[in-house]
Amino acid sequence: MKLINKTNIDFLGPKRRKIALAVSAVLVIVSLASLATRGLEFGIDFTGGILLEVGYPQAANLDQIRNNLGAAGFTDAQVQKFGSDTDVLVRLPPQPNKNATEVRQQLQETLQAGGETIDLRRVENVSAQVGTELAERGALAMVVALMLIFVYVMIRFQWKFSAGAVAALAHDAIVTVGFFSIFGLPFDLTVVAALLAVIGYSLNDTVVAFDRIRENFFALRGVSAEEAMNVSINEMLARTLITGLTTLLVLGALLTLGGESIAPFSIALIVGIIIGTYSSIYTASATALALDVNAQDLIEPIKDPSLIDDLP
Amino acid sequence: MNKYPQWLNALVLVILMAGCLLALPNIYGSVDAVQIADNDGGAYDQAQLEEYVRVVEGAGVSPEAAYLHDGRVVMRFTSSEDQSTAGERLREQYIREANVALTLTPKLPDWVRGFGLSPMSLGLDLRGGVYVLLEVDMNTAIDSRMALYEQDFDDRLRDARIRHRVDLDNQLITIRLTGSEDMEAARSIVERADPDVVVADGADGKSLTVRMSETQIQERQNFAIEQNLTTLRNRVNQLGVAEPLVQRQGVDRIVVQLPGVQDPNQLDKILTATATLEFRMVDQSGDEPGSRRYTGRGDELPQVLKRQVIASGDQIIDAKAGFSEGQPAVFITLDSAGGERMLQTTMNNLNKPMSSVFIESRRETFTRNGVEEQRTIKIEEIINTATIRGVFKNSFQITGLTPLEARDLALLLRAGALAAPVYKIDDRTIGPSLGQDNIDRGFNAIRIGFLAVVLFMVIYYRAFGLIADVALFSNLIFIVAMLSFLQASLTLPGIAGIVLTVGMAVDANVLIFERIREEVTAGTAPQHAINSGYEKALSSIVDANITTLIAAIVLFGLGTGPIKGFAITLMLGIITSMFTAIVGTRAIVNLAFGGRKLSSLPI
Repeated sequence: MKLINKTNIDFLGPKRRKIALAVSAVLVIVSLASLATRGLEFGIDFTGGILLEVGYPQAANLDQIRNNLGAAGFTDAQVQKFGSDTDVLVRLPPQPNKNATEVRQQLQETLQAGGETIDLRRVENVSAQVGTELAERGALAMVVALMLIFVYVMIRFQWKFSAGAVAALAHDAIVTVGFFSIFGLPFDLTVVAALLAVIGYSLNDTVVAFDRIRENFFALRGVSAEEAMNVSINEMLARTLITGLTTLLVLGALLTLGGESIAPFSIALIVGIIIGTYSSIYTASATALALDVNAQDLIEPIKDPSLIDDLP
Repeated sequence: MNKYPQWLNALVLVILMAGCLLALPNIYGSVDAVQIADNDGGAYDQAQLEEYVRVVEGAGVSPEAAYLHDGRVVMRFTSSEDQSTAGERLREQYIREANVALTLTPKLPDWVRGFGLSPMSLGLDLRGGVYVLLEVDMNTAIDSRMALYEQDFDDRLRDARIRHRVDLDNQLITIRLTGSEDMEAARSIVERADPDVVVADGADGKSLTVRMSETQIQERQNFAIEQNLTTLRNRVNQLGVAEPLVQRQGVDRIVVQLPGVQDPNQLDKILTATATLEFRMVDQSGDEPGSRRYTGRGDELPQVLKRQVIASGDQIIDAKAGFSEGQPAVFITLDSAGGERMLQTTMNNLNKPMSSVFIESRRETFTRNGVEEQRTIKIEEIINTATIRGVFKNSFQITGLTPLEARDLALLLRAGALAAPVYKIDDRTIGPSLGQDNIDRGFNAIRIGFLAVVLFMVIYYRAFGLIADVALFSNLIFIVAMLSFLQASLTLPGIAGIVLTVGMAVDANVLIFERIREEVTAGTAPQHAINSGYEKALSSIVDANITTLIAAIVLFGLGTGPIKGFAITLMLGIITSMFTAIVGTRAIVNLAFGGRKLSSLPI
């Protein structure tokens, strides 16, 4: 079976490139604007605070729970359903002047006020200090990963490719985070892990395309860089789409079957992989082209001039 | 063409069999068990195993299997009633020396256990339990050491008949003398007491300042952490939890993981409690140097107590809660040095009053200039004052507590005091129902995701797709095998990593197969197409996997908790998939198609 026969799409023609550039620019700007104005729904990992996941024997009455909590003095509690009608998530911001254990006990009692026996499924109690640290480490991980990747691609290819790859990755990361901001999805530690996996995946795509571009720079002589890149992208199109498809298949399974707590992770990966597939076709190569990449860039310069004298 | 040498085929087979063997323990279910671990961390031998079995059989139950595992005794039972009977009996008899825990254990046949194999260990989010991150208050650790110096210098200067006043403020001791003539003598006394402290002359020419050197501070901090680790391990051992983990993290933190514990509230008290006792004589004249007024707890009267401590919590080697004349009491046993001091004191002070002081640290948050800061406050309260009616040494009792306080205090005194207070900065509890849900959901996602990919590959690449599927399945076996071998905890994000690997691992085969198709389209003969497909795709596969590996390694290095679990399975998945997708599929392809005349390829 073949989904895609040999294609000859002009991905990198000047007109197409402009459209792609405009699309990417809009995506990035909208993402950044949303991040600046709406920010992110940071999870308890980053903000600190108290979180309780409780299971009720029957469908929970959220309004009732909110009223009970308000009456008990927890006016800043967030209450929401979690995955099913019987599962409820209660979240409180950090309570600096209170004993966390007492607060938690009081919360538990309030939630059982209706006389139901609740199943305490999860309790998290993160201090603001730890939250800040986790956020800092997450950001550091992103930066370090991008730097290492830049260096690796530079060693294996050349800095113009590196710049293209990192531009594509930064694009993917920004748009994925922007997606979380626009739709107000919970942003927790697992999403940071997913972002790094997206970076790894998208890079995977980009590097495979670059590999073929390098091969074609030498195989197709007398052809412009743009055309050589375009042929390469076309040749790799089937592979890019199939790998994207199999990955999305398993992520779809994870999103629908994996449960609520892993859902933000799955969503980040799904969005990231779709964006990453697009960016490895357009952003990465277009950036390298914009930097005037050509076959010369990939030929190793002769380091020792004395060798030249030995040539006939 | 396309023939692997026999040794290479054999090697692939051996590696696959090794993977299967390592993964094997995971197919057996779990069974109720009692686990007995030595409190001092020692390893049990066969004789002790037999002793424990005899004790259990004495209670009328017999274990289905009993063996040693990592120096611990494990007994498996066929019913949970037998398990709890055995647990109770053992706990009754061995509570002091051993941690007896009711748990689940994998039901491995003897020959599998004989290889030293065990299944994957599940993280707390899958098996349920409590995770607590504690911070050690290092300032208090330094403060308490400085207080000892202060008292020591004071004593020595008095013995040398040098008139002086000693103050301790902000971890700096200031010794004020009456004139500059005693400076040399005072300095040499201080330096003799401890040659490592940093001594400086005061600006006024008749005082000395003393502080701890950097090395001393570091040593003190390390000591505080190590001592706290020991104490926390002792305390945790009293809870009867199987495989508790108490581990240092970074400079001043301690991680505690207790699988299976469901009530974090009880735990908080036991982990962070600093409660300890001190015994001092009442200063009846009220004006001895160094005496100070202590408040009483509840109805207890305040007293002025002498500076000298007769005995303190760290000299208590055993403590039991009980009742004395209808009042809740703690029965205390002192070590020999403490007992000796107590004997001397009671002999010399018959009919004089002695007080028991209950000491506890609490952390308080306050706001200064709009910034939230935390400080430690030490609460010292007299819980009882009694007149010494007779001479005693090692064993005595104290009253003045509620029954619950007496029980907790006895536990804390038994486990030893914390060298410095600890504060909880992060805790997470996963209930058993969520843990089981997470396992079910995670494995379901793997199963369905795997099936979807397998079907897709067969439909799309036919026979070659089937070969890729075999490789994908062996890849799963290898991931499970490596996780079991490394005993790295499998977490929910870890499962997500496996799911992601399933989707991405076929990429190598997609690259190879697309390349083979290209070659076939270009008119290359089938055998050549296979060969150059594998050859030409190799550099792309390696590049692509190394870049993903970089991201995974960064995640592992910088990540915490859930991120680490994801990074581990992702890393393992990438590495094993390179083997299965390149070498593994090639071996099968070579066996199936190599060295034959082919007119076309089923791809």
